[in-house]
Amino acid sequence: MKKNILVIGGGPAGLEAASNLRRLGHNVILIEKEKQLGGHLAKWDRLFPDGVSAKQTLDALKSKMVGVNCFMETQIQSLNVLDRSYNAILSNGITVLADAVLLASGFDLFKARKKEEYGYGIYEGVITNADLEEAFRLGRLPEKKPQAIGFVHCVGSRDEKAGNPACSKVCCATAVKQACEIKEVYPDADVYCFYMDLRMFGRHYEDLYLKAQKQYDIRFIRGRVSEVAETADGRLQVKAEDTLSSRPLRVTLDLLVLMAGMRPSEDGRKIGKELNLTTEEDGFFSSADNLLDIQKSKLPGVFYAGACTGPKTLPDTLHEARSAALEIDRYLTSDQRQ
Amino acid sequence: MIDFGFTISPSSRINLDCIDRKSFAALAKLEPDVLKCMACGSCTASCTAGTFVPTSLRQAILMLRRGQQAQALRLLEGCMLCGKCTMVCPRGINTRNLILSVQKVYSQDDAQKEGKR
Repeated sequence: MKKNILVIGGGPAGLEAASNLRRLGHNVILIEKEKQLGGHLAKWDRLFPDGVSAKQTLDALKSKMVGVNCFMETQIQSLNVLDRSYNAILSNGITVLADAVLLASGFDLFKARKKEEYGYGIYEGVITNADLEEAFRLGRLPEKKPQAIGFVHCVGSRDEKAGNPACSKVCCATAVKQACEIKEVYPDADVYCFYMDLRMFGRHYEDLYLKAQKQYDIRFIRGRVSEVAETADGRLQVKAEDTLSSRPLRVTLDLLVLMAGMRPSEDGRKIGKELNLTTEEDGFFSSADNLLDIQKSKLPGVFYAGACTGPKTLPDTLHEARSAALEIDRYLTSDQRQ
Repeated sequence: MIDFGFTISPSSRINLDCIDRKSFAALAKLEPDVLKCMACGSCTASCTAGTFVPTSLRQAILMLRRGQQAQALRLLEGCMLCGKCTMVCPRGINTRNLILSVQKVYSQDDAQKEGKR
């Protein structure tokens, strides 16, 4: 008999796991709270390190979804543990009896407004990484040429006071990518990156950094932006320490891009509460084992994929989705359930 | 000027709005690899002159970027062109050549002008 699997979340993790489980012969139901599939990927324009189109990447993931039952604009109303299965009541009125549940609830972007000193939502020239991606994607960049542009790394990351001491992993590469892209649009602008240390850990990331320095003349300033204020003529005055020369530094910019980090998804946490799943101090779900069993929860039949267990890059997420699919398949076809 | 009995120290703040970037752009054109410096400090650590007099290519590059020519040139005065920094630079910058290019671009006159300020 075919087994039912409920996949919660239609971002890259949910899509990749769902299509793989389907190809393994299972009956897969995927629910997504938004109108469209893709999660954050659907809102992005191009991807680091090579600048590949996010849309093409998403289309490739979606093209493998044949046979998966997708419910859009659907959320979990309640989720109960039965003897050997899970009973989910969805917001569209449908009840699903699932033999296994995959949580792919992903992340929320840190709310940049919380860092009031950066002036997001107060000054027009202060935007987030997601805002800039949207502007690139829709071709809605400011018409008035900015003379100087800044990128602030670690906004809501490595910041205990903002409630997130951890690194969000993807912002360094995203900032350097976006800095190059904006320099391409405005070649005469001065572009600055304010960083604490650059975490260019992946394949080709260091090449991206070198390209940003040599080809695009992006100016890297080691120091965290402390405050942003508006000048009389409506530009942005930014203060930081230039920690390499141990002196305070000031610069006037027209556009400041805040690299908002990754926080656990609020909706994901609500679903976790339905099942009494535990989270670690950072708010992301706790795995059965952080080295050997990241995809497994402590509950038999409930699995994780992607950023619901911490910040991840897109390839990390896809690998995890595939391995979660494999784990679920093994769980359903072996005696593990007894 | 009234003597108030005290003076105000000049600000130590770097103001990136007021930096003349022409000389650095000229340097980058002559020696594009200067843009590749990632401030690791290998050059300064291995510097033979630096053991005796303040010498630091890492800091000099940073100061040139910040428009502080006089101080930058002072940090290169002790250089004996031994080339140890070229050997250790992980970005493969031809540091000896870079130091010579710095001297070429930033003429002594400019340095004096900056020093008097």
